[in-house]
Amino acid sequence: MQPASSSKLQGLDDLLRRALAGDERAYRVFLTDAAAIVRRFAAQRMPRHSAGFDLEDLVQEILLAVHAKRHTWRPGEPVGPWLFAIARYKAIDAYRRRGRRIEIDIAGMGDVFEDPSGAPTAIAQDVNRAVASLGGRQRAVVSALSVEGKSISQTAEELEMSEGAVRVAFHRGLSAIAKKFGRD
Amino acid sequence: MQTDQLIADLAGETTRRRNEFAMPFWLAAALAPFVALAVFMPMLGPRANFVASLSTVRFDMKFVMAGLLVAAALAVLAALARPARPVSSRLKWLALPALVLVAAVAVELIILPQDVWPARAMGQNALNCLIAIPTIGAPVLALFLYALSHQAPTRPAMAGAVAGLAAAGVSAIFYAAHCTDDSPLFVALWYPLATLILVAAGALVGSRLLRW
Repeated sequence: MQPASSSKLQGLDDLLRRALAGDERAYRVFLTDAAAIVRRFAAQRMPRHSAGFDLEDLVQEILLAVHAKRHTWRPGEPVGPWLFAIARYKAIDAYRRRGRRIEIDIAGMGDVFEDPSGAPTAIAQDVNRAVASLGGRQRAVVSALSVEGKSISQTAEELEMSEGAVRVAFHRGLSAIAKKFGRD
Repeated sequence: MQTDQLIADLAGETTRRRNEFAMPFWLAAALAPFVALAVFMPMLGPRANFVASLSTVRFDMKFVMAGLLVAAALAVLAALARPARPVSSRLKWLALPALVLVAAVAVELIILPQDVWPARAMGQNALNCLIAIPTIGAPVLALFLYALSHQAPTRPAMAGAVAGLAAAGVSAIFYAAHCTDDSPLFVALWYPLATLILVAAGALVGSRLLRW
């Protein structure tokens, strides 16, 4: 932790305390500041120019984790170590997942697939299997957006959810699929 | 999706939807004895001379050691449950029940003549102990893992293992009330073996179930 950012981290304590009390604006500022801090943290520690790794993906993973686990921070404790512990955990997670996935450059492999009808069937099956592994609203949202190709506003209306909630459920669903099938 | 959009969505979600139920850790700890009791009473129950035995030191020591293990393991577990809590400083508390057990064994070896050591260590209930402690402890472990899954353990396997240790301690308190082998030699040999089963199970399940 650099000394320069310590005042910013102290500000985070106050922001998160207000956010947990229900202050949406404070929460937005908190997440924006946290994203900046976490982005710097991730950029320093993760290999940037490697296949299958996207810095912003990791930042979003961390923000989702911070959001889902925000009740594990207690007012009075410093936010900094808590935030970095979550960032570190998700970074290791992302790194492991990347390590277990085999990256294949598919350019120039077109001639390998002689039978074009065989491949799509397998992919469709995989997609169905992936979507079926989700539960409840995540499944409905991912299915509507990626399989049926509906728009976010249309999906939100049909499922009687807000568009924001649809986006969050979509993102979480994709994360869950990546986690599940990336690790197998 | 853009990060800014995600932030706006998450911020919107915090006020719109009230938090889902997250089991507080203290509640799991408070429920644990009742869960263990619910398995212990129909399965074993306290031994016939339970009340009379309370005046013997060897019998009481079993509860002291198991109680110390529960307290130390729960303290470590509470630290493991949330990010950036002081785990390493609490880990040494686990040495306390171990030290008391070693001291009790040392005293027992001094008191008892050498030719009865093997009989006291093997006892009458070795297999019972190996089966009963994991059986009583399993639902307690499940309860602890459930509570942990509502928290944010950054070391899932270790959190699971310590949950197994705490569950074994709770279980041992009850099993000790049933078992007629009170010698620290028996306790030092069989209780840790039975505990190891729950620790291994906790680590295994924890490393899968407690990821987030």
